[in-house]
Amino acid sequence: MSAFKKLNRRDFMLMTGKAAGTLVIGTSLASCAVSNRADTAKKQGADGEASSAGKLSSTTEGDLGVFVNISATGDVDIICHRAEMGQGILTSVPQIIAEELGADWERVTAVLGNADARYGNQNTGGSASIRLHIEHIRQMGAVARDMLEHAAADVWAVEKNSVKTEQHHVVHAKTGRKLGFGELALSASKLPIPDAKTLTLKESSEFSIIGTDVKLQGLEKILTGQAIYAQDIQLPGLLIASIERPPVVGGKVKSFDAAEAKKVAGVVDVIRLKDREFPTNVNPVSGVAVLANNTWAAVEGRKKLKVEWEHGDNADHNSDVYKADLIKKVNARAKPVRLEGADIYAHDFDATKTVEATYTVPYHHHMSMETPAATAVIDDNGRCQVWSGTQAPQWGKGLVFAELGLDAEKDADKVEFNTTLMGGAFGRKSKNDFTIEAVELAKASGQPVKVVWSREDDVQHGFYHSIAANYFKAELNDDKRCDYWLQRVAAPPIGWIFDNTATYLSDGDLSLGFADAPFDVPNMAFENQEVSTHVRTGWLRSVGNINNAFGLGSFVDELADKAGISTRQMWMNLMGEDRIFDPRKEGFEGYTHYGQKGEEHLLDISRFKAVLNEVTQKSNAEESLPDGQGWGISVAASFNSYAAAATKVAVIDGTVEVLEMHTAIDCGLIITPDRVVSQMEGAMIMGLSMTLESEITVKDGKIVQNNFYDYPVSRINKVPSLHVHLIRSDKAPGGVGEPGLPPILPSIVNAIFHASGTRVRNLPVAKVLRV
Amino acid sequence: MVQITLNGKIMSLDADPAMPLLYAIRDIAQLTGTKFGCGLGLCGACTVHLDGQAIRSCVTPLSAAIDKRVTTIEGLANGINVETPMHPVQEAWLDNKVPQCGYCQPGQMMSAAALLASNSAPTDDDIDTAMQGNICRCGTYPRIRKAIKQAAKTLQSNQSNAVNAREQEVQS
Repeated sequence: MSAFKKLNRRDFMLMTGKAAGTLVIGTSLASCAVSNRADTAKKQGADGEASSAGKLSSTTEGDLGVFVNISATGDVDIICHRAEMGQGILTSVPQIIAEELGADWERVTAVLGNADARYGNQNTGGSASIRLHIEHIRQMGAVARDMLEHAAADVWAVEKNSVKTEQHHVVHAKTGRKLGFGELALSASKLPIPDAKTLTLKESSEFSIIGTDVKLQGLEKILTGQAIYAQDIQLPGLLIASIERPPVVGGKVKSFDAAEAKKVAGVVDVIRLKDREFPTNVNPVSGVAVLANNTWAAVEGRKKLKVEWEHGDNADHNSDVYKADLIKKVNARAKPVRLEGADIYAHDFDATKTVEATYTVPYHHHMSMETPAATAVIDDNGRCQVWSGTQAPQWGKGLVFAELGLDAEKDADKVEFNTTLMGGAFGRKSKNDFTIEAVELAKASGQPVKVVWSREDDVQHGFYHSIAANYFKAELNDDKRCDYWLQRVAAPPIGWIFDNTATYLSDGDLSLGFADAPFDVPNMAFENQEVSTHVRTGWLRSVGNINNAFGLGSFVDELADKAGISTRQMWMNLMGEDRIFDPRKEGFEGYTHYGQKGEEHLLDISRFKAVLNEVTQKSNAEESLPDGQGWGISVAASFNSYAAAATKVAVIDGTVEVLEMHTAIDCGLIITPDRVVSQMEGAMIMGLSMTLESEITVKDGKIVQNNFYDYPVSRINKVPSLHVHLIRSDKAPGGVGEPGLPPILPSIVNAIFHASGTRVRNLPVAKVLRV
Repeated sequence: MVQITLNGKIMSLDADPAMPLLYAIRDIAQLTGTKFGCGLGLCGACTVHLDGQAIRSCVTPLSAAIDKRVTTIEGLANGINVETPMHPVQEAWLDNKVPQCGYCQPGQMMSAAALLASNSAPTDDDIDTAMQGNICRCGTYPRIRKAIKQAAKTLQSNQSNAVNAREQEVQS
């Protein structure tokens, strides 16, 4: 269903907040209504699709709307309907369209699309924007190009195939005549839309915009303080809301006294939020909101609230006890999810050749620099306007309809959902709990309300990366390969927030670097352990790949040490011959393939090897080092990209200093090279503090951490020299935002082992060494 | 009413003098380039200049700014260079494509500009020391280091140009 259509001016205005130009082309209407989006998301979340398939993305072909708007002056607006959180999609999507269109990048302006079902899927996660949608995005540019070429050919009365677009003009090569896009926009707008399938897309050898470092869209606004994030929305009469939420996960307000809070100058109202069922999908938790005419008054008023809480079912959750239990559980036989060869339990492991280890990672938090924020106002006619910094605008919009008791189709005009830039997100802002808080309070107060979260609110009421334990046992043979392999995982499933009867990781969860391990080992068993869940878990940059790659990358290093060979050679031995690896044919029938249809993204052993070799060679990671220093390497494929990391550390008197870090990435076709580099740099830096020093813990059901002082993240003085090595490729594009992170964690602990002999199996490193 | 000089303009703000300067700037003066990040002076997102010094506006009361000059990211370029709307620090940030999400960058640039005002040729160690109070979760630190060095060079050459210009004026 790759249909494109012309759009009328009013629709364009609604969808973008901008005036329409002369030629406006968009995709056809998406098939799903908004109201179904939340249901779809919920279903996907429950069956784990969400954590693998680009989070909440639907992959229906043609289910994507990108819009090109050409004015009579030739200015081109390209609408980016995917959310911008720092990954650079506001540049990359228009870049692809501009390439096919033959536009001059200097004349192109990216516009962030509002939430609208007609855009198709807007849920921005799973590093999916390019990898799942590139064909359609390219076709969008090609459709507009074709119409402009037709218009020019008609003017000159020449064959259409004798003209082509070049630098914002259509040119007739034979006579040298040319017409600008602006001059052609009106006549092109009267032509029929061509069938996109009949259009030829450019060969990669013809690219002049894709794969180049164009000027980034929106950068000047960021640099001059003009960029608008969700925290920055201002409206006449706006009230600021600060919300006191239950200290124990899943708790509720028992009673509250607002008398003192209301005495604080500037406080206008105190409102109790609705109690909702827990786990609450992505809805708000309960709480008491203080509304004031400035942030300071709201914060001060909140300090004077007296609230009594009902703690609920999770008040006995303690993460240290829970982790010890996970370790116990992951060491016990569990549900098989991938079996190959002989029964692993019938094999008598030779202790002298066997390595057995359990690895754990703690809960983690996203810690975006911008805490969640959203603004809502409802007018006298019941029409609601929302401004939110969310990765999932349409999912959020569906929740707004539900919150207000509106029908998404009949009352479509009653909700306007504006998206803003996000000051970081990393998966947290796929959840629209904060958006619904704003809508609930706008309705209850009858005033425009901006909900702002403090840093403590953010840390304590998040959707955390799952605490996890990974177990491995393998026996080496005389060729320094393995014939017997057993691995298990025990971690709370993300799907629990959508379905609190979920006790096992879903197939989607297991497809994130666990049961898709690309090994050529004749006898293997992969098992999934049953666990209970007590905090809201959620997607955090690369999701289950974090613990799975940490465990596997550490274990391969331990096997290499046992075998007396390099870690790189151990990976080569385990992976075997170059081949295409389809986990579904290796005993893991549930493999979800990051939501990718077709065969083009199946795991390619040669690409694993290439990134591993590249990073080893470029970093010189196999050099010999003085005592107290060590290199560590690892590799992981995720979101259809391949990343390998090498880290060099010094460990002196029990203190770790990271000296140098490298990443080699093969993400297939590269759209914006500099943004791939920046994502890899960011992943190294995030991986650094995640490995060394940060963790979320829970005591008596309450999140222990509060702010940057007890959930430390990397600061500039801890960051070593960073090096990114891009593999140029014509292969279908993979993800970029997430795949850099997974190999970083094992590369660091492996380096620590090679520097000091200390093997850190339980993160963070700071529990055993100074960092 | 509390009177401060904000980006060169004298302003009277209708706010409690105990209100953190951050909220006075954002909510009362409605300049939103200065960001909230932690509320405890730990992350630097709220960094502004008070009489030229980098301070954390989330832990500085408005009263501390009475009759003083407050400069935010919106006013950083004021009077520096009439030909571009950007301070050399902003230009270096542009050239090195420093930002990812961009949220912390106003604070980063305000800290960097204050560093360069007191140290015209900072080393990596100087940069790490001056900038470690500014967190960037996206991980733009390597580019921040590069951009600060580039801005330092621009400022030095601007300064020597200015000296030359003055000398020429004196001679003529």
